[in-house]
Amino acid sequence: MAKLESKIPSGPLADKWRRHKTEIKLVNPANKRKYEVIVVGAGLAGSSCAATLAELGYRVKCFVFHDSPRRAHSIAAQGGINAAKNYQNDGDSVHRLFYDTIKGGDYRAREANVHRLAEVSVNIIDQCTAQGVPFAREYSGLLANRSFGGAQVSRTFYARGQTGQQLLLGAYSALSRMVGQGGVQLHPNSEMLDLVLVGGQAKGIIVRNLNTGEISRHSADAVVLATGGYGNVFNLSTYARGSNATAIWRAYKRGACFANPCYTQIHPTCIPVSGDYQSKLTLMSESLRNDGRIWVPKRKEDRLKPPAEIPESDRDYYLERIYPSFGNLCPRDVASRAAKRMCDEGRGVGESGLGVYLDFADAIKRLGENGVRERYGNLFDIYHEITAESAYKSPMRIFPAVHYTMGGLWVDYNLMSNIPGLFVLGEANFSDHGANRLGASALMQGLADGYFVIPYTLGDYLAGQKAGSRPATDAAEFKEAEDNVRGMTRRLLENKGKEPVSHFHKRLGKLMWEYCGMARNKAGLEQALQKIPALREEFWANVNVPGSGDTLNQSLEQAGRVADFIELGELMCRDALTREESCGGHFREEYQYEDGECRRDDVNFAHAAAWEYQGADRTPLRNVEPLNYEFTKMSVRSYK
Amino acid sequence: MVAEKTAKKLFSVTLRVWRQAGPAQAGRFVDYPAANVNPDMSFLELLDVVNDGLTVKGEEPIAFAHDCREGICGTCSCTINGKPHGPGHGIATCQLYLRSFREGDVIVVEPFRARAFPLVKDLVVDRSAFDKIQQAGGFISVRAGTAPDANSAPVPKRDADLAMDAATCIGCGACVAACKNSSAMLFVAAKVSHLGLLPQGQPERDSRVLAMVQTMDEAGFGSCTNQYECSAVCPKLISHDFIARMNRDYVKALFKSRFQPVSLGGGGGAG
Repeated sequence: MAKLESKIPSGPLADKWRRHKTEIKLVNPANKRKYEVIVVGAGLAGSSCAATLAELGYRVKCFVFHDSPRRAHSIAAQGGINAAKNYQNDGDSVHRLFYDTIKGGDYRAREANVHRLAEVSVNIIDQCTAQGVPFAREYSGLLANRSFGGAQVSRTFYARGQTGQQLLLGAYSALSRMVGQGGVQLHPNSEMLDLVLVGGQAKGIIVRNLNTGEISRHSADAVVLATGGYGNVFNLSTYARGSNATAIWRAYKRGACFANPCYTQIHPTCIPVSGDYQSKLTLMSESLRNDGRIWVPKRKEDRLKPPAEIPESDRDYYLERIYPSFGNLCPRDVASRAAKRMCDEGRGVGESGLGVYLDFADAIKRLGENGVRERYGNLFDIYHEITAESAYKSPMRIFPAVHYTMGGLWVDYNLMSNIPGLFVLGEANFSDHGANRLGASALMQGLADGYFVIPYTLGDYLAGQKAGSRPATDAAEFKEAEDNVRGMTRRLLENKGKEPVSHFHKRLGKLMWEYCGMARNKAGLEQALQKIPALREEFWANVNVPGSGDTLNQSLEQAGRVADFIELGELMCRDALTREESCGGHFREEYQYEDGECRRDDVNFAHAAAWEYQGADRTPLRNVEPLNYEFTKMSVRSYK
Repeated sequence: MVAEKTAKKLFSVTLRVWRQAGPAQAGRFVDYPAANVNPDMSFLELLDVVNDGLTVKGEEPIAFAHDCREGICGTCSCTINGKPHGPGHGIATCQLYLRSFREGDVIVVEPFRARAFPLVKDLVVDRSAFDKIQQAGGFISVRAGTAPDANSAPVPKRDADLAMDAATCIGCGACVAACKNSSAMLFVAAKVSHLGLLPQGQPERDSRVLAMVQTMDEAGFGSCTNQYECSAVCPKLISHDFIARMNRDYVKALFKSRFQPVSLGGGGGAG
């Protein structure tokens, strides 16, 4: 049984972090250069962490599977980043940001972590502005804000629709500076395939160079994983094609607990699937719901009719009907589930039947076509590019898609997993968003972890490690891990079955979407727990991985990742089955109020479930970390 | 997420793809016929389908670079029918859809070719030279935790907007691939201008442009001869005006660096 000590400091909520910083151990400046730290991943969390640790004087090795750190998928975030700056003088505060985030997460996150996140949010904006991130500005030259879901203040900073790109390029520039100065050794095209534990502590990784196939060992005094989320378990998602769970999954198999894997965020406004060949779902910003009206035909028979031929009286503006006070602006999870219900009833539109209309006709009447173009022109362009349809002329078709994963490796308040020396940052950990993430909070968390949390908490761990004590890479543990990686690579390459990797990924995605998607139930999850292991067996019996291991081999890369996704998918279903309540992104049909809202069970499930690997054919162990709400009252989350 | 067969009219094309096993091997074009192409399919999805077909036949799939598939990560990098990122305007390869092509088309697919972008395999090239240029000076030196309040230095909206125009560069390298000189001037100019337009970027403005241009030259990129193919193919439509801005910065910085006044006063503090 893993020991899950959250290490939350005592004392008043607002003082915890400040006090913790003054009480934890330090490494003196001259000693820092004697420590080596491995950072895996170079998105917002990884880049900011690697740069900041190097600025402090640690020797950092940064590994990314991309050809450049600037390609990490943080780059695709559109909307913005929250911070409790209160520049709008509209009553925002650290406490309000804390409260909104806790409530948004449906009371399934740690209070102390979330409060710290809200506290450092203000430093993030200062840091990024100083780096030259071109945030949107008012004519005064001061920073602009906009409002976002789940908040009643304007606290979101943004850079057009490319906030993630600009923040990542800021972190990348800081990282590049430290690479140029020799503080960070950068390893691009390098995929971590195993974690090395020596004496029960994380002391290294095994890496495959994706261009040459070379497998190498790297030792360090601590290992930081910042490898992002695992939404590609669903195959189709708004993630990049390369986003994967391999680093955290292999760490899980070495003993790191995986917390709340079933918490998945499904975004309501994405462009629907158009064919079996499809590789990617594209997000349409949620801001469109400010002016667009969502509807489906009242009658099934009308679903293939051109929308213009369906008169007003035959349309069902279902969000306005079911949620009269919030209407089209109800929360993401509610809007997603409602769309699914309409399509399940057979009223979904488009050839696939998996779509609903987002109609701007009224907005165009009110604002004129140019008025709508000014607000949403770029989004209408993207929509046109992908579908060849003009949303000025006929309504957009949208459908929910997997967008973010709140679950991840379990970490304590210091962002250290239950394996000493293994730290996990950003989307890869589970810590700050509970069961649902609010818009514009992912960027905040990634940068908070990398710039402002890990520089303190890693020092606390390293201060307890003798400088120069890291193991040599010829230690037996490194050899065992390398053999493990070579064995897996060989096993995959020797598989010359009948089906390409994508075949299994698609089938896994369909299973997960069906049984562990927007709505889950016991019978479905139990079925999935039968079908996924069968798929896994079929994968290993029938996958075809062409080519060799000593060159760039994208099929091999993908095969390893999909093998991990299949195993992780099973764990997600197991977690969803055992969490007998609905909360945030986890909706169990058995546990809902009459109006379709989540029915939480705070008596039995106010905890994080942290799964512990027990071996290939054994059921993992479900550990529990109780969530003690000392400062906030858990209540029914209502946005009505 | 199951989609039914679309009613759209399907068609056939031939992909003429550059295959090269590695930097040391010789490359050649190989034709791959593709039938039942859906106009709503993206170009990269067609490569996926062709690759699955090759896999099932026991042949090695075509290596190509891709990731976000929404035009922002800058990974995808195909020259299609002679034009980096293909026939569209202001898009990356991943945003190209098959409806841009017709029945019977032969679509020629090559990697981004440039001396400074050595080939890795098939359609994949090594663009790490861009990272080296960034490492030489593409930053503002500010350690985490030392920044002043973000609103302490207002930035005129016009400057901020122009900086953002430059900052949208996705680092794909199409500008280099399109240029007959394989010049990286648009890429470097975008970063130099983005940071040079902001008050925070002023202290290092001179050293930045000198270091980045020097590194660019050393990496084997050619010179700019003002033909502007770069901005014509840029997926973010970054203007070549930024090159003029960089040239101005460069000349100024060069002059200043040649004139180094020597202080005769005490200056420095005692240690």
